[in-house]
Amino acid sequence: MTAMLRAEGVSKAFGGVQALSDCTVEVEQGSITGLIGPNGSGKTTLFNTMTGYERIDAGEVYLGDRKITNLRPQRVFALGIGRTFQLTRIFPRLTVMENMLVAAQHTDAGRPRNPLARAGGRADRRRAADLLEFTGIAGHADAPAETLSYGQRKLLELSYVLVANPDIVLLDEPAGGVNPSLIQQLSARIRELNAAGKTFLIVEHNMEFVMSLCGQVTVLDYGTVVATGPPQIIRSNPRVLDAYLGLAEEEEDSDAPGR
Amino acid sequence: MPPGGEPALVIEGLVSGYGGGDVLHDVSMTVPGGGITCVVGPNGAGKSTLLATVSGLLRPRRGSITFRGERLVGKSPRQILDLGLVHVPQNHSLFREMTVRENIELGAYIVKDRRLIARRLADIEQMFPQVAGWSGKKAGSLSGGEQRLVEFARCLMLDPGLVILDEPSMGLSPKVLKSVFDAVRMMNARGKTILLVEQNARAGLRLSTHGVVMENGRVRLAGTGQEVLEHPEIGALYLGGAARGG
Repeated sequence: MTAMLRAEGVSKAFGGVQALSDCTVEVEQGSITGLIGPNGSGKTTLFNTMTGYERIDAGEVYLGDRKITNLRPQRVFALGIGRTFQLTRIFPRLTVMENMLVAAQHTDAGRPRNPLARAGGRADRRRAADLLEFTGIAGHADAPAETLSYGQRKLLELSYVLVANPDIVLLDEPAGGVNPSLIQQLSARIRELNAAGKTFLIVEHNMEFVMSLCGQVTVLDYGTVVATGPPQIIRSNPRVLDAYLGLAEEEEDSDAPGR
Repeated sequence: MPPGGEPALVIEGLVSGYGGGDVLHDVSMTVPGGGITCVVGPNGAGKSTLLATVSGLLRPRRGSITFRGERLVGKSPRQILDLGLVHVPQNHSLFREMTVRENIELGAYIVKDRRLIARRLADIEQMFPQVAGWSGKKAGSLSGGEQRLVEFARCLMLDPGLVILDEPSMGLSPKVLKSVFDAVRMMNARGKTILLVEQNARAGLRLSTHGVVMENGRVRLAGTGQEVLEHPEIGALYLGGAARGG
């Protein structure tokens, strides 16, 4: 069976720094898949290569059987791959609703927009209001986005990505800096969306969040995939522990495993 | 507890954070004088917030911080510097267009006595001969590891009692990491108490006499560097699944 979204042997260098080396990550249809790794391990770069924000040096990205390597971000988005960013990208002076309507100007995933439906029209507003209701920030619809808390901004960004109804949603650190009760809310919403058929790939440092949500987790370290498996296996994998705890200097002088 | 005399720094019940939320929840720990204490923990544990609060860059909401018997809470970063507590930040903090010598001299900007400055500079150049060799170079032309050593040299211009290092190994290759850690050991051997935060937990704990693991704004483990390094729970604190509370 082929994965719904697959990065195969992806490599990417920035100047002399090899950010990704021959990385393969698969996201099965209907799954919630996690992508973890210490700071600087290449998670966001891999996201960027899968969504057209960075060109890759080698390897391919597939959506089902279709090659989407190095397509521009808007093409990738139009094919049904939505993403959020680690630092939320919202328009701070616009209201929450206006932010949603900006997102609604994009095409609906995979289909050209109905030319008779005006962006910002009643249908868009209704859909935006429903999504804000769903993510729990409808009460702030008329407030400037800059007045939202950090966690609420993350919920806005999730709502905003959902406007285009993507088949796969890539979330870059959705729980980072978000308070525990909002994390619960976010987690519940992701589960509901998943139950309704959406596929997720999530980069996250909050281990309780990612391990409880994801069926499969891929671990990156220094731009290389070091493990893939269900959370329980990943937690007890010594190579994963090495990635997170580092190797002590003396060990690094000898030929330590896996480096 | 291993050697290490009187506590240099005592932190009790510290609550601190930015904006609406608390990052540190009731943090208590002791940094023994003459030792190297390493604080480790996963992303978002509150390590950098702890350092910022100790050096006065962030005012705590509750709790106390005492350095050699002096209360630090309420003092400005400048006053804390005067007490001999120096913080080397995580990001490259040298002036790239200035020479290494100029950068190091800037470390002594609160010192007025020219002879004292000259004497300290001589001591530091003896301690770090390689840094002395770069003195006319622009700081921006040095490698990441070399810049770290210059930052150490600069902080020593105040002859601090406590040196705070935020992730000294960040971005360094294993070989360079060793030379930077050797420099930390050397400062410690010359009587400086060291408090550092490390992302490379194993290397940091092995370097240190004392270790503290933070997670989610709380101290979860503390002991000698070796005890913490070998603690069975340490992996779970990073990868999830550790018992709550405690």
